[in-house]
Amino acid sequence: MMVPLLLGITLISFTVIHLAPGEPTGLATELNPRVTAEVRERLRVFYGLDKPLHEQYFRWLVRIVKLDFGRSFSPDRRLVIDKILERLPITVSLNVLSLLLIILIALPLGVLSATHQDTWLDRSTSLFVFIGFATPTFWAALLLMILFGVNLGWLPISGLRSLNFDSLTPFWQAVDLLKHIVLPVTLSALTSLAGLSRYMRSSMLEEIRQDYVTTARAKGLGERVVVYKHALRNALLPVITVLGLSLPALIGGSVIFESIFAINGMGKLFFDSVLSRDYPVVMGVLVMGAFLTLLGNLLADISYAWSDPRIRYD
Amino acid sequence: MTGLSFQQIFWQHFRKNYLALAGAGLVLCLFVVALLAPYLAPYDPNMINVKIILELPSSQHLFGTDELGRDVLSRMIYGSRISLFVGFVAVGIASLIGVFLGAISGYYGGWVDNLIMRGVDIMLTFPSFFLILAVIAFVGPSIWNIMVVIGVTGWMGICRLVRAQFLSLKEREFVVAARSQGAKDLRIIFRHLLPNAMAPVLVSASLGVAGAILLESALSFLGIGVQPPTPTWGNILTAGKDNIEIAWWLSLYPGLAIFLTVMGYNLLGEGIRDSLDPRLKI
Repeated sequence: MMVPLLLGITLISFTVIHLAPGEPTGLATELNPRVTAEVRERLRVFYGLDKPLHEQYFRWLVRIVKLDFGRSFSPDRRLVIDKILERLPITVSLNVLSLLLIILIALPLGVLSATHQDTWLDRSTSLFVFIGFATPTFWAALLLMILFGVNLGWLPISGLRSLNFDSLTPFWQAVDLLKHIVLPVTLSALTSLAGLSRYMRSSMLEEIRQDYVTTARAKGLGERVVVYKHALRNALLPVITVLGLSLPALIGGSVIFESIFAINGMGKLFFDSVLSRDYPVVMGVLVMGAFLTLLGNLLADISYAWSDPRIRYD
Repeated sequence: MTGLSFQQIFWQHFRKNYLALAGAGLVLCLFVVALLAPYLAPYDPNMINVKIILELPSSQHLFGTDELGRDVLSRMIYGSRISLFVGFVAVGIASLIGVFLGAISGYYGGWVDNLIMRGVDIMLTFPSFFLILAVIAFVGPSIWNIMVVIGVTGWMGICRLVRAQFLSLKEREFVVAARSQGAKDLRIIFRHLLPNAMAPVLVSASLGVAGAILLESALSFLGIGVQPPTPTWGNILTAGKDNIEIAWWLSLYPGLAIFLTVMGYNLLGEGIRDSLDPRLKI
């Protein structure tokens, strides 16, 4: 299952390169005055543009497998993979934090609004879900930056560290970091948070109506045990899949949040490379982003199998 | 059961759903504003006036002026056209691809189905925002490129929906009857199956327009969407970010417009879904 997916990902990425009118090197050299004839020649060799398409794809694939994305067009001419790897930890940790926040808030919220259907709690959750779905998160980011950053002055509005970070004690360094990441993490979680709590609610509602829940109640089990031990375990299963599916949006959102909050992660690297038409980096991040998603989906599959004994992967 | 037609049943449910009606109202407002933009806009959206740069909202300029002294309200009114246009064309492209592939996949099954579904899996693995940005990096930003790219990266949901519909519909009696009368595959797909599978597509398309509008505004906000001086809600917000410490009105109003529009399409889509099949309502 993984291998065809990986092949597909590389095939689409390869197609994207060839979308450019003319040769990729030609476009790059025309629009980027920094690219010299020497670089152009190296690129021609790198992509093997004299070979037929399927052979080009195969050669490119062999390089990708070795994580060789070539060198950046930017003046530093560094290896693309080095550039990505130094930014990757920031993006991954921010996304993991968002994911934790999503799980910690969305699951309880969904369960509670299902068990308290049509109460004020359920209604306000629904309202929150609608608002969360319709809010452009970058706009919410701007408004909160104006409120907390500009007007109230409570939170910094860019970067990950204050200028005096090195002179602070470890405790205040942690506080400083926390103040920098609270807005980006919360906001990047918002849309998925709304989606997941809604999904959790309907999944839970569906389980509560099942016969085995009635049976459990009829046996005289307490409501707590029925809801949290019987229904919840089954209701969680589809939610795990949905969580896995929300990963691409989360990773894609890194571009927006890292640009708005000036955080030097992979998303900002990608955005800057798109603006400066640094093609090797664009391709590298595109493939890495898809790999990350695939990895996340694999983790979702594993936890799915782990939480449902009926599923066995041989 | 009295002899109510499908439309009558639908309408009975829909008009009792106040949220859905509110959504329809919002969408209708947007259409009116976009169509009548030249009559509604108080100023020329591209008229630069250096004497009134970044002025606070006032009775002269209800939503203030931007960094070039242009009237923000007028720019927003014209910006609604872009949102509407991009939303519809992008979703149109996505629906065409999704319906076509989903229909083939569900009807023929076998290796065709397998191939198309693996394609869907692969497309879903890409963070679509990365894919869109990468393509725009190669083909350059323009309103047409953006609509095509959003469409081409957004067909997977509709494809799965149509496939699922076809899988359950193709064994039904009316299809068997059509086939026994000698109807060809294409006729069965387009005359018999597709009309019965369109309802969820409609819902999905309404929600899709909301998604496409959000995407376009995010791209324009990042400066790789529709290019200035064409006014869009997204690129007014860019000016808001650049002047974040002095001009809150550049950030507030365009975002509010996006919010209301997306809310409108979402409410409408959900309302249609609930009315199409009241049993599904949970």
